[in-house]
Formats: sequence, structure tokens, C-alpha cells
Amino acid sequence: MSELTTAPAADTVTDAAATPDRDQPYAALGLTSAEYASIAAQLGRRPTESELAIYSVMWSEHCSYKSSRAYLRQFGAKAPPSAALLAGIGQNAGVVDIGQGYAVTFKIESHNHPSYVEPFQGAATGVGGIVRDILAMGARPVAILDSLRFGPADAPDTKRVLPGVVAGISFYGNCLGLPNIGGELAFDPCYAGNPLVNALCVGVMRREDLKAAKASGPGNKVVLFGSPTGPDGIGGASVLASASFGTGAAGEDRAKRPNVQVGDPFMEKLLIECCLELFAAGLVVGIQDLGAAGVSCATAELAAGGQVGMRVRLDAVPLRDPALGPAEILMSESQERMMAIVEPGDIGRFLEICARWDVPATVIGEVTDGGRLEMTWHGEQVVDIAPGSAADDGPVYQRPAVRPADQDELAASDPAVLPRPASGAELRATLLSLLGSPGLADKTWVTEQYDRHVRGDTVLAMPQDAGAIRVDERTHLGVALATDGNGRYSRLDPYAGAQLALAEAYRNVAAAGAVPLAVTNCLNFGSPEDPAVMWQFAEAVRGLADACATLGVPVTGGNVSFYNQTGAVPIHPTPVVGVLGVHQDVRHRLTIGFDGDGDTILLLGRTAAEFGGSAWAHVRHGHLGGRPPAVDLAAERALAAVLTAAAEAGLLSAAHDLSDGGLAIALAECCLAGGRGCQVTLPGDAFTLLFSESAARAVVALRPGADAAVTALRSSHGVPAAILGRTGGTALDVAGTFTIPLPELAGVHRATLPALFG
Amino acid sequence: MTARIGVVTFPGSLDDVDAERAVRLAGGTPVPLWHAERDLRGVDAVILPGGFSYGDYLRCGAIAAFSPVMAELRPAAHAGLPVLGICNGFQILCEAHLLPGALTRNERLRFINSEVTIRIESAGTAWTSHFAAGEEVTVVLKSGEGAYVADEATIKDLRSSGRIVARYSGSNPNGSLGAIAAVASQAGNVVGLMPHPEHAVDELTGAGTGGRGFFESIVASVLA
Repeated sequence: MSELTTAPAADTVTDAAATPDRDQPYAALGLTSAEYASIAAQLGRRPTESELAIYSVMWSEHCSYKSSRAYLRQFGAKAPPSAALLAGIGQNAGVVDIGQGYAVTFKIESHNHPSYVEPFQGAATGVGGIVRDILAMGARPVAILDSLRFGPADAPDTKRVLPGVVAGISFYGNCLGLPNIGGELAFDPCYAGNPLVNALCVGVMRREDLKAAKASGPGNKVVLFGSPTGPDGIGGASVLASASFGTGAAGEDRAKRPNVQVGDPFMEKLLIECCLELFAAGLVVGIQDLGAAGVSCATAELAAGGQVGMRVRLDAVPLRDPALGPAEILMSESQERMMAIVEPGDIGRFLEICARWDVPATVIGEVTDGGRLEMTWHGEQVVDIAPGSAADDGPVYQRPAVRPADQDELAASDPAVLPRPASGAELRATLLSLLGSPGLADKTWVTEQYDRHVRGDTVLAMPQDAGAIRVDERTHLGVALATDGNGRYSRLDPYAGAQLALAEAYRNVAAAGAVPLAVTNCLNFGSPEDPAVMWQFAEAVRGLADACATLGVPVTGGNVSFYNQTGAVPIHPTPVVGVLGVHQDVRHRLTIGFDGDGDTILLLGRTAAEFGGSAWAHVRHGHLGGRPPAVDLAAERALAAVLTAAAEAGLLSAAHDLSDGGLAIALAECCLAGGRGCQVTLPGDAFTLLFSESAARAVVALRPGADAAVTALRSSHGVPAAILGRTGGTALDVAGTFTIPLPELAGVHRATLPALFG
Repeated sequence: MTARIGVVTFPGSLDDVDAERAVRLAGGTPVPLWHAERDLRGVDAVILPGGFSYGDYLRCGAIAAFSPVMAELRPAAHAGLPVLGICNGFQILCEAHLLPGALTRNERLRFINSEVTIRIESAGTAWTSHFAAGEEVTVVLKSGEGAYVADEATIKDLRSSGRIVARYSGSNPNGSLGAIAAVASQAGNVVGLMPHPEHAVDELTGAGTGGRGFFESIVASVLA
């Protein structure tokens, strides 16, 4: 980018017309020669440096979805009819109607690449970015969740990345005053050079307060407010998030450190309160947050969204570094900035509210009726483009997609051949080794660094199946959220893997007693230029869209993160799915802990011998092969119906979904969360019942006297069940097989992460 | 007649809504106070809530201690107005020299959000009168700089004058000297408390209801 910084004066539109043959650094900015030619053809001349900056970030993979857009259309096309959907894909975040006049907006987004280069700031600004997306919809952000994946827990680099990421999320989220109510933590060698840091934010507003990212009303003012603009994050979207890391050349990746933004959560907290006061005062015509692609994206999207033009004075943008030129200002991803469209008569009041919150605000331009996005630098025109050409009409690629050559070989590597534990002692040892494995161990080391209490509406948080927030203190209306994903399942079959991720999040929300309503997703994949990765992506999107249609929950929005690979080796395809559910009365939420003595324990659902991609195969044998568990969406739907109806009727004293590690891990977690043991008898092959990961299952404990009502509910929905035993005692006792005293169980579960990370 | 309890919002205050709710649940009337106004609106007592006032820049509580509302609060506190600083509010009271000592980085250098049990050492303050001395209460600790420190003479003085209001019971979570969780001013009307009682006022959303006693104490003593 030295070409940009050393330019003696701004490259104007007149200069561009006069010097058509000047060499431009489009390749260094991540554009192909065909893309560059297409820009020149649209403009009828070469782009100015500033225009090139805009196109390079807006047409980046990260902002334009150029490789994924053709597939993502399925989420809309196949979406089940939903009266609840108020705003969907293409908005800053999806919005659903949850009744009583409330609307909820939620979205999950990745900050994978920055979090590898600079874990603390990368993860911190990931939280900041998704929170601003929610704020821009007009909502008060009320909670966050984070879904994290790292390389092997004992790898030296994981000791650098994980504590930094957790500290960054803790620093930013805590200072912002948002409770962190859930998420995931997983480890696999495939994430060693590409950790996944996905953050979800949820916000609440009154239905009528929904805001649009649209400029309108020629003559209206364009206001930039929040932090001043600095050189941080220049090229974040194009250079960092839209390319793979090199192999081993640490220096090369370290050189990308300046591409990572630096967060100021204090300013973001002020921005939240300031924006909410501006919304309440009715002073905002349109609003957009500044995230990836900064001023370029906000101006182009606001103008394109409202089908209007905009005139912007780039020299009016307040700067932290006075040496910045127009192209750098356009590419900067400095954090904690918002752009609003304001009627001229309201500007005084708008600026007053900003001043009350100590938020700098500057009028940098006007809405025009010319249909052009025009920008000047000290009076000279440096940008003159059609806003839609940058915001909407970027390139769309149909990349080649080819089923990977090793896919059949992988499927043929059946875990049935692996040696299995048989004796009680072996089964006991297997349970303990899974329970203490980093991916299944107690997550307190991580979650105690997050504030889960702030704002006083947190009803459920880690280690519950879902996080839950009370929305209305008088009516007890609430929402529940869970995120899930399993890269091993998706590697074995991306179509099924994406469906299993959705099914698990859906089941988790239902196991908390909430009715699943809508979906967000974060699709983490390798390079789209690799046909095998593109096949994985196509299969995952198709699977997720199909399953959403069957389960009746629409995708409301999400994010695609490509280029998660080191050299030629991609991560496992990792679709992470977030499901939002509604609690009509959040006092009826379910928790996982056994909290009464003598309650009947039931296993709901069918168990088959399914070990492909299982925690057992992974932890005990380092094996990945065979088929992932079968997907049965009708069974998922029936199970969820039973769980939510039983919760509503107050029939259950505990409920926990079965997933990684199967029944063995679920029972251990129920005992540990409630501080109470259980005695169970396994109705069949002990190994299969304990460790299979068949989907559409949950373990529940019944309140005294609820047996008949639960049986009736189960039969009406066709959900099979087995009576396992009763809660109580001070050990996890499996009749005739093994007994593990709770202190031993707790010791194994809780020792792992502190031992690894201090 | 109702107890009007002021809750100050500084830029970066986070638990102000929680403190207001706790006052309401205890039967008092919360009165929002704004950092930039030298006006206490005639309240009967003041709570400085938790959060990251001014982003905790410079030092936790250091900038808030110089805000206009504190210029008004300082003489009022010296004149006997009951004041409770929770977490960041405790830090502000120390920075404002209304309480002795300081809060430093947790022993393990990480933020901790955890339910903790504290033992009420002094039921003699306006904020703890509803407890019995020796009573144990579960509240929520959530801080990165919660380790209470003071010089030896100060600790001795606090102890001999009964101004250690609460201590952590069981294991010391953050390395506070003498496991001190709360201290009071010489006159006893100003109390700083590191863990959060306002997150333990509602079974549904908090760590039980053990924290209500702090708010019931002040409402009762104002009305007495």
C-alpha cells in the first residue's frame, strides 16, 4: 500500500480520465485483473485511487459474498413461511417478532483471521462488530454468545491463541455490559493455524422501532459519529479475511498484524446508549454501522439501499492520524463508528445528544437525488460512482465444486473396527477420559472470565444447554439461544453435518424449554478456490436450507468465512448454527442439573450404534471416519414438542440434550450441575447406550407424579423412551457396570483446562 | 413516605439498571443521578454502581472520582449521607478518598465472575443493619481488579474500629488482604463492597436473594 501513502496529492477523477494507462496496485489490494477491467469498463475510465479502494474492499470475498452468493439464495428460496420474520437476509441482522409487541434481532459473525494474527484484539473487535450490527437494527443489544474452536489443547500455539481470545472477549464484552450467556469450545488439529472465533449478539426492541440501513430524502445530512478514523484495519476485509494464511512463514502472517483493528469498548458502550437515545428521540432516518470496509461500505450501502445519491467530504472525517489520505480513510476499519442519515432540522438535537454521551459526531455530507456516490478531498472530486455498483453488483462466481477424492475412503473407514471397552472397569475409564478431554471438560476456566449477570435478566447461562434472557419483567416473556457445530460430522458428510448442527442447536433450545423460532449461521470453510472446499460448502448450504424448511425455522441471516486454511490444508468444514427460541414464560425454563432425589430418569429418543465422528472415536482412537449419526428431523421436531410442552406444564425437574460423548457425558453433566448422583440401569448394550451419538435424544428427570402426563405427551408425539433409573445419591452409578463418586467425577471434569492454561 | 435512593450513572456504568431494580424490589424508589450534574436531587442515600466508568482508563475509578456529581457527593458523604459503592463504585470511593485503601489486580490476573459467600462482619452500618453479624450471604463477584489492599496501619485501624464490613468466606477468590470484601468509612455511612448484592435479589436471574438485605437495610434505616 506504499503507493497509496506516498502519493503526493489525491488522485482525482480528472486525473483518472487524463492518465488512463497509469499502473494501479489492484492485485495487492486483492482484485483480479478481470475484476479491475470490469471496474474500468463500468466507469468508462480507470478508477481513481479512492474508487479503487472502495471496490477492492466492497468486492472482497468478505463483503461481497462473491463465491457464496449463488448458494446462499437457497436460504430465502427454501425458507419455510414464517409470520415472525420481520427482516431477513441482506439486512445487518435478521429480525423476528416474538409477540407482545417485541422484536428480537440476532446474528452470528466470524472474526477468525484477526483472532489468529492478534488473538486479544481480534476476538475483542469481533464482539464489537456484531454488537454494532444489532444496534444498527434499532435494538438494544442484550446478550452475546461465542463459539470457539482451536488447535490441539496442548499445542504451544493454542496456549498463545486461546487465552488471548478469551481475554479479548472478556475485556470487550464485560466492559460493554453485555452478559455472555453461552457458546461452544472445541479443539481439533485442523484449527491449529485457523482458530474459529464466531460471536453472536442478540438485541431487543419494540416492533415499531426497527431501523433500516437506507439513506433517503435529498438534502438530509450524513453524520459520522463515534471514534475518529485511524490507520487500523486497513485492508482487513480484503487482504486479511479474504485470503489464506501462508504455510509456516510466520513473518508473513505477522506482517498482517496492522490489518487487525483495535477495540475501545468504552466508546462502544457510549455509542450504544447514544444511539438508543437518538432512536427514542426520532432523530434517525437511516443508520448503518461501520464494520468491514468502513466508510466505503456505509456510504455505498446506505445510498444503494435508499436508491439515492450521496455527496461526502472525506476531508471532514475526523482523524486520529492526520497523515491519512482519502483512499486510506475509505479502507480504514477503525472500530466504534456509526453513520446516520439525519434531517437538517434535527441536526442540532442530534449533535446535542451525542455531546451528552461524549460521542464525537461530524456532518460529512448530504443525500442527493443524483443517484451517484460522489466524494471530494479538499474540494477536488476523488470518487464518482454508482453506489449499487460497489454495494450490490459485485462479481458473482460459480466456482467449480468437486467432491473430494478422499470422501469415499473416509466413509469406508468404519469406526466399527476400533477396539471397544467391554468390562465395567473399561467403560468407567472411557467415561472419565472423555469427561476430562479438553472438548468435553468443564469450561469454567473460560466462562468465569465473562460477566453473565450484568443487566439482571440472565435466566440461563453456561453450562446450561442454552442461554436465556428475560425480555419483559412483568410478563416473563423470554428468549433462549444456542450455537452448535461439529466439524468432524461435517467433514464426513457436509450435508448431514450442517443438518446435525442445526438439529443440535434446535434441540438445545427445546431442552431449555423454549420453542425454536429462527436461525442464524456462520459458515466457516477453507478456500473457495479449492473445488473440494466448494463442494463441502455447497453441500452444507443445501443441507442447512433443506433442514430449516423441514423444521419450520427460517434462516434470518449470517456470515460466510472462507479461506480458513493453512497452505493447501483447509479446516474441517464447520457450519456453526445459532437457533433462537421463545419462552412465553421464562420461569418455566429447564435446567440440566439433577435437583431432586428419587426423580425418574428417562432417555427420550432412539439409540443406534453410531460412532462416526464421535467423541469416543476422536478422543480414544484419534479416528475420523465412517458416517455421522443419521439425521431424523421428524424425530427432532417431535422431541422438541415433547420437551417444550413438558416444560410449560412443569413436568420436568431436569432436561439435557445428548450430543458429543452421548448419554455417558450427559448423565455426568446432569449429576455435576445438580450436585446429586443417580442410579441407572442400561436397557441394552452398555457401550452403545453410553457412547453412541445418535441424534434426536435427550435425558430428562420427571417431577414426582409427572410420569403419566409425560407418557401421554410422548405417545401423542411418537417419542420413544426408556426408563433409566432415579436421581439421588452421591455417585453416578450404572447398575452392574460401574460407580463413580461425584468428587472423582468433578475432579476429572474440572482439572483439565486449569492444568492446560493456568 | 418512601426511601429515595440515588443511583449514579457515569459514562461506562453498567450495573446501574440492576441497582435500580434491587432498590425497587426492596421497597425503595430509585432516583437516577447523572455524572455531569452537581445535583443529588434530594435523595436519602446514594449507590455508585458497578461497571467500567470512563473505560477504567488511567486507573479504575480515577476519572469518575473527579466528576461533577462527586464534587457534590463528597461533602454530602462527610455530612453523613449513606453511600454504597459496589465494585467500580468501591474503586471510585477509594479514589475519592472517601474510603481507605485501594483495589488492585486479582491475584491470578484474570477477570472473575463467580458466586461467592461473604460473611457480614459488621451489621452496624446503614447498609447492613438487616443482617446479623457473622451471617453468611451469597452474592456475585465479577471484577478484574478486586483485590483489596491497604497499609498495615490502615488494616489494623479498620479492624480495631469494626470497619471491616464483610469478608470472603472459605477460599479468598482474588487475593484481598485479610479476605476483605467490604469496608466502611470512619463514620460508618460510606461503604464499599466489591461483590455485587444487586445480582442476588431474584431467584430467577441471580444468585438467590441473599443480596436483598443490603437494599432492605438502607430502605429501613432511611425510613427509621
